[in-house]
Amino acid sequence: MSFVTIFYGISFYVATLILFIGLAYRIYEYSIIPAPLKIPTPPAPKTKKGVAIRLFREVVFFESLFSATKWTWLFGWLFHFALLLAAFRHLRYFTDPVWFWVSWEIVQAAGHYAGYMMLFGLLGLLGRRIFVDRVRYISNPSDYLMLILIISIAFTGLLMKWFHTDIYAVKMFFIGLMYFQWSELPSDFVLLLHLSLVLLLMIIFPYSKLLHAPGLFFSPTRNQTDNARDQRHIADWAKRIESKK
Amino acid sequence: MAVKEFKKPTLKEYSSIPKLVESATSHLAPFKSKEDFQKSLGYPGELVDNWEEVALDKMGDLLKKYRSLRVYMDSCIQCGACTDKCHYYLGTKDPNNMPVGRQNLMRGVYRKHFTLPGKYFPKLVGAVDLTKEVLDDWYSYYHQCSQCRRCAVFCPIGIDTAEISMAAREIMDSIGVGQKYCNEIIGKVHKIGNNLGLPKPALADTLEGLEEDVEEEIGVDVKFPLDVKGSDVLLVTPSADFFAEPHVDGLIGYAKVFHQAGISWTLSSHASEAANFGMFIGSYDNMKKLALRIREAALDLGVKRIVFGECGHAWRVAYSFLNTLAGPFDFLDSKYPVPQHICEVTHDLINKNVLQFDKTANDGKIITFHDSCNVARASNMGDIMGGQFSLPRDIIKATTNNFYDMDTETIMEKTFCCGGGGGLLTDDLIELRMKGAQPRMEALKRVVEDHGVTHMAAICAICKSQFSKAFQYYGFELDQIISLHQLVGDALIMNKKEL
Ligand code: SF4
Ligand code: SF4
Repeated sequence: MSFVTIFYGISFYVATLILFIGLAYRIYEYSIIPAPLKIPTPPAPKTKKGVAIRLFREVVFFESLFSATKWTWLFGWLFHFALLLAAFRHLRYFTDPVWFWVSWEIVQAAGHYAGYMMLFGLLGLLGRRIFVDRVRYISNPSDYLMLILIISIAFTGLLMKWFHTDIYAVKMFFIGLMYFQWSELPSDFVLLLHLSLVLLLMIIFPYSKLLHAPGLFFSPTRNQTDNARDQRHIADWAKRIESKK
Repeated sequence: MAVKEFKKPTLKEYSSIPKLVESATSHLAPFKSKEDFQKSLGYPGELVDNWEEVALDKMGDLLKKYRSLRVYMDSCIQCGACTDKCHYYLGTKDPNNMPVGRQNLMRGVYRKHFTLPGKYFPKLVGAVDLTKEVLDDWYSYYHQCSQCRRCAVFCPIGIDTAEISMAAREIMDSIGVGQKYCNEIIGKVHKIGNNLGLPKPALADTLEGLEEDVEEEIGVDVKFPLDVKGSDVLLVTPSADFFAEPHVDGLIGYAKVFHQAGISWTLSSHASEAANFGMFIGSYDNMKKLALRIREAALDLGVKRIVFGECGHAWRVAYSFLNTLAGPFDFLDSKYPVPQHICEVTHDLINKNVLQFDKTANDGKIITFHDSCNVARASNMGDIMGGQFSLPRDIIKATTNNFYDMDTETIMEKTFCCGGGGGLLTDDLIELRMKGAQPRMEALKRVVEDHGVTHMAAICAICKSQFSKAFQYYGFELDQIISLHQLVGDALIMNKKEL
C-alpha cells in the first residue's frame, strides 16, 4: 500500500464522517429549534401539499432568485444544475456494478459538458462579486475562496481529459474504501489535486454558508403553511410561559 | 438633540439602483429610551456594565428559541440578490441598509461567538467582536429597517431581515439600550390601553363628537359605541383612527358599514389600540401582554366576533400571531374567522348585496392603492391565496369608477414600504423616513403623470401618517392620502333605519 493510498484513504474516511455527521448534527439542531410564530411570505400556501410544491419550485428552479436578479439566477442555476449532472457522471466511480442509467451515454456526456457549464456559472458569480459594487461590499475572503475552490475542482476535473489517469483504478480505490478492501490509488498529480480539493470542500461544508442547502428546507418563511387563524401554532417554550401565568 | 438638515432627494422618472456610499446614514439613530420606560417594560434602565456578556447570552438564548434566526445566520450565501430590494438602501445608498449588509452586522458577531471558523479565522469569514462601535452600528442600522420583509420575498433562501432586526432590538433592550418611540408607546398601552395614552373619558368624548358630526353631515344617526356589552362585534382599531386625518374618515367608514348592515358593534376602552409595537422590538413577552388585552376585552364585553380596523402591522399580529399569543378563541362565534379584517367584513357584505354604493360620490377622485407591507407580506384576507391583494382592490372597484395600479414591480408582494413602518414613525428619524419613501413616491409619480391619479388609498395607520408627511415633502398634497374605508363611507348609500 503506497503512502498516497493510505493518506487519501484515511482522509476520505475522515472527511466523509465530518460531512455526514456535521450535516446530520446541523439538521438535528435546526429541527429542534421551534419557529414560535407563523411568518410565511407570500404567495403563502394554505396546505402542506402547497408547501411541498413551493419548496420544489425553489429547489429546482430557484424561483425567488429568478424574480430578484436574472444574472445571478442564470449563473447560480447553471452552476447548480451542472453540479447535479457532474454528480450523476461521477456515480460510476461509486457503484459496482454501475447503475444502468449512470452508464447511459447521455448521462456521461452531459456530465462531461456540465464541467464547462459549471465553470461558466462560477466565473459569472465570481465576476459579479468583483464587479458589482454591492456584491463586492458584502464579500468576505471566504466568499471568494469558496468560489475559487469550486472553480478549481471543476477545472482539475476537466483537466483530466488531457492528463489521463487510470480511471478503473480510481474506481477500485473508492469501491475498496466503501467495502473496506483497499486498493491502490494512482498517484497522478491532477487527480490528487482534484481529490484534495474535494476533501477540503467536504470538510468545510457543515461549517460554511454551504449550509444554505439544508437551510432552505428549514426556512420558516418558505416552509410554513398559512393557516394561523385556523390552527393554533405555539412553541413549547411559549407554552411554558403560558402555564406559568 | 436637534435633527440635522439633509439634502432632499429628487424623484426620478424611472427608479435605478444607486452606487453605494459608505456610512451615508451612519449618523441616523433614533432617540434612546429613558430609564423609567425601559424598566416598565422589564428591561434594564441603562447600559449594563457587563453588557457584552449579557448581549451574547441573550443572543444564544434567541438562537435556541427562533429557528428563523439560527437558520438565517447560517444560510446566507452572500449572493447579493437582496442588495437592491430595500427601500432604505435605494433611498440612502448606505450599504448597511442593503438587507444582507444589515444582517451581516449581526452575522459577524454570530460567527465570532457561535461558529468554529469565526472563532479561529475571524478575518477570513468577517467575524467581529461585539464592541461598542458594533453596538452603535446595531442601534443605528437595526433602527433603519422597517421590518417590511421585501427582502425576504426575493432571497433564494427566504432570509427575512425583519427577524434579525427584531432579534437585534430585543438583544439591545436586554442590555438597557432601547428606542424611545417604541418603548414609550408600549408603556402607554400597558398602562392605559392605546398608543396615544387616550383615557376612557377622552375617548368617549371623541366618539360622541364623531356621532354628532356624521349626523349633521348625512342626517343618519350612525353610532360609535364604546364598551357596550353584548355587542356582536368588537372593533379593534389603531388609535390614530379616533382623531387624526385621514384616519378618522376610515373609522367613519367602518361605522357606516356596521350601521348599514345592522351589525351591533363596539369599541373597547381596555383594548383601544390595534397596533402592537411589541412586535417591532422583537419582544414576545410584550407582544403577548398587549395581545391579551384584546382577549380580555372580548371576554369582558361578551362579543361574538373580533374585527380589526385598517392597520398594517396590527393586522400582521392579528392575523398571524393573535391565535398564538392570546388564543384559543373558542368562546367566539366559530362561523367567523378570528380575528377578521374590516376589509373582509365589507367585502363579504358587498358580495351578499347588503351594501349598495353610489360610485359617482367618488368621481372627483382617481385612485391608486398602496399595499401596506405588513398586510401584503405577512398576512392574508378572505382565506384565499392573494386575498390580501384582491379584497381591498375589489372594494375600491366597487366604490369608485377610477382605479389604476402602480408599477407591478412596486405593488402586491413586491410593494415598497411607506418608509415609516417598524417603529420608525418618529420625527427623530425624519431624514430616513423621507429617503425611504422615495421608491414609493417615484411609483406614485408615474401613475399621477400617466393616469392623472389624484389619491392614494391605504389600509394602514402608519402608512397614512407617513404619507401625509412624505406627500408634502415630495410635492404632493397632504390630503391625497386617504383611508380605504373613506371611499366606502363616502359612496355607501345609507337609508335611514326604520324602527
Ligand atoms: S438574497 Fe438572501 S442569501 Fe442572498 S445575500 Fe441576500 S440574504 Fe443572503
Ligand atoms: S425588512 Fe424591509 S426595511 Fe428591513 S432590510 Fe428588508 S427590505 Fe429593508
